[in-house]
Amino acid sequence: MAKVIGLTGDHAIAYAAKQCDVDVVAAYPITPQTIIVERFSDYVANGEVKTEYVCVESEHSAMSACVGASTTGARVFTATSSQGLALMHEILYIASSLRCPIVMAVVNRALSAPINIHCDHSDMMGSRDCGWIQLYSENAQEAYDLTIQAFKIAEDPEILLPVTVNLDGFIISHCMEGVNVISDEEVRKFLPPRKAVYKLDPANPITIGALCFTDYYFEIKFQQEDVMKKVPAKVKEVGEEFGKITGRSYGLIETFGLEDAEVAVMCLGSTAGTARVVADKLRKSGKPVGVIKVRLYRPFPTQEIVEAVKGLKALTVLDRVATSGAPSGPLCSDVKTALYAETEKPLITNVIYGLGGRDISPENLEDIFNDALRTADVGRVDRPIKYVGVRE
Amino acid sequence: MCSGCAAPIIVRQALKSIRGPTVVVNATGCLEVATTIYPYTSWRVPWIHVAFENAAAVASGIEAAFKALTKRGCLKEKIDIIAFGGDGGTFDIGIQALSGALERGHDFVYICYDNEAYMNTGIQRSGSTPHGAATTTSPAGTVIPGKPEWKKDIVGIAAAHGIEFVATASPAYWSDYIAKVRRAIEVDGPAFIHVIQPCILGWRFNSNEAIKIARLAVQTRFFPIYHVEKGQYKLDIKIPKPLPVEEYLKPQGRFRHLFTPEFKGEIEKIQAWVDANWARICQLAGEKI
Repeated sequence: MAKVIGLTGDHAIAYAAKQCDVDVVAAYPITPQTIIVERFSDYVANGEVKTEYVCVESEHSAMSACVGASTTGARVFTATSSQGLALMHEILYIASSLRCPIVMAVVNRALSAPINIHCDHSDMMGSRDCGWIQLYSENAQEAYDLTIQAFKIAEDPEILLPVTVNLDGFIISHCMEGVNVISDEEVRKFLPPRKAVYKLDPANPITIGALCFTDYYFEIKFQQEDVMKKVPAKVKEVGEEFGKITGRSYGLIETFGLEDAEVAVMCLGSTAGTARVVADKLRKSGKPVGVIKVRLYRPFPTQEIVEAVKGLKALTVLDRVATSGAPSGPLCSDVKTALYAETEKPLITNVIYGLGGRDISPENLEDIFNDALRTADVGRVDRPIKYVGVRE
Repeated sequence: MCSGCAAPIIVRQALKSIRGPTVVVNATGCLEVATTIYPYTSWRVPWIHVAFENAAAVASGIEAAFKALTKRGCLKEKIDIIAFGGDGGTFDIGIQALSGALERGHDFVYICYDNEAYMNTGIQRSGSTPHGAATTTSPAGTVIPGKPEWKKDIVGIAAAHGIEFVATASPAYWSDYIAKVRRAIEVDGPAFIHVIQPCILGWRFNSNEAIKIARLAVQTRFFPIYHVEKGQYKLDIKIPKPLPVEEYLKPQGRFRHLFTPEFKGEIEKIQAWVDANWARICQLAGEKI
């Protein structure tokens, strides 16, 4: 039976991981992920889960232990943020290359220096090409829902890839919301125990993590790329199946007001909620605006985005990340690449915002929408990259 | 592996001691590189390599998973875990993961095969490289006689975690080594074995002499064979009439410069270190020197 309980984003993730009946959690606490491992420690201490919780000495060892555990056929979960994700960086590539279906909550936080514990997407974007499936949630509800879906996507024998569930630090991780949770039984039915095909099994010994020279390495990397092609359909299928139980279906992207919009804003994470509220207000005053929220960021849902922006005159892509020296933020670069071969495409502006937890207000977003409308009017992009909310 | 390398001997002897189903975890290094060139493998046990510095952390995860799967009834038999790491993956970059795993008390055996440098990429110094050894990053020049620092006491570090069984071993004293591996497997919790592994390429001696060198290391008291069980040190191979350390250094190219007039006095320093280290271990073990 579904019920509504008050949960922070972090607590919602811990609650989901508990319901997913995880075998091993190996993690090292880091703000703002800390509440996830703290709540999970409570479940372990109170005997509410059968999970082995390995409280390791670093994030590098957390991911290493997760890889080891996952290769036995166990269901594995971890969580991290910022510097912790950066410390895992080396092993993230190994987890995906060894096809370990680990699920990891990444509570997005700025990277040092200067040290800052608040939200931006610099951490995950620094590891954006690590071969993991990457999902972004807008609020605690999505963080909960996507965690449950993530295991089903990751462990599918056709996929076998690790998944990150991203949530904005503090904005989602520490804010309490009413979260619709489903029962343990419903989760177990949706997500039966993992059945591993390849594992460390003395009855059938295999070698995992062998040395590959020039004669095989390229093919193995190609196989990883090849399986990524199957991911969007699987994410959609699992999102729809989840919808049948909960009434909350999930696709690869989510749009608002696009059917008659002339301009739109595209973003990841919690900003989508504010953008939707602002777009709704502007639409009521007759302005043709819309919002595109990207939920699946890796693999990049190229086709869906090409379809979504058809007919738009101007598109503003919001990037909450510092990518020093790059021609644009990563989401914007990906969108531009996706649209390059299209004959008709909107004028694209990139907005860098919200670094280190700097607030993005409804007023900021109203300005961004109005700028986009002006761009559509004049028919050209004056400033390809704007920094919104910074004292220049 | 290079012809005459002691590492496969060390692994083969260790795996003669296993008691049942066993999983092997391997840090990056010569052993991993030479035994698993895809699509071939030399291993007939489940084997995993993840990275250079994390064999102990990977073993921790595997052990936790086996526990969880046993609790659920998905796993019926006890599976032993042995991790092999070289000196780099143990003394240097891997020491944090090793310390964490020992502190948490995971049930696995960690065997450090110590060839005293990073050998497979060109003989670079490690925290395990002994004083005076020439490596490509601690070369013997006209002023500096090889590595200036002394070897790290990895056994003392491992033992300081309060784990039940820590030992040194030499492949030349195979029955002692095999018995120690078996003892380590039977310990309920982590155990650590430090094995000397003469490296033909890095130490520069004849390819039929690895075991001879491994024996000389013990007979000169350069590499004492002892164990620490529940905090108690015990000397396993007593060397009442030690050979002078020169006998160990002389056949090895990495120490050749110590026999030149410029660096006169270095061998005496090494002999003094050997004597002091032997005295220290004898004292800890309650033995007369």
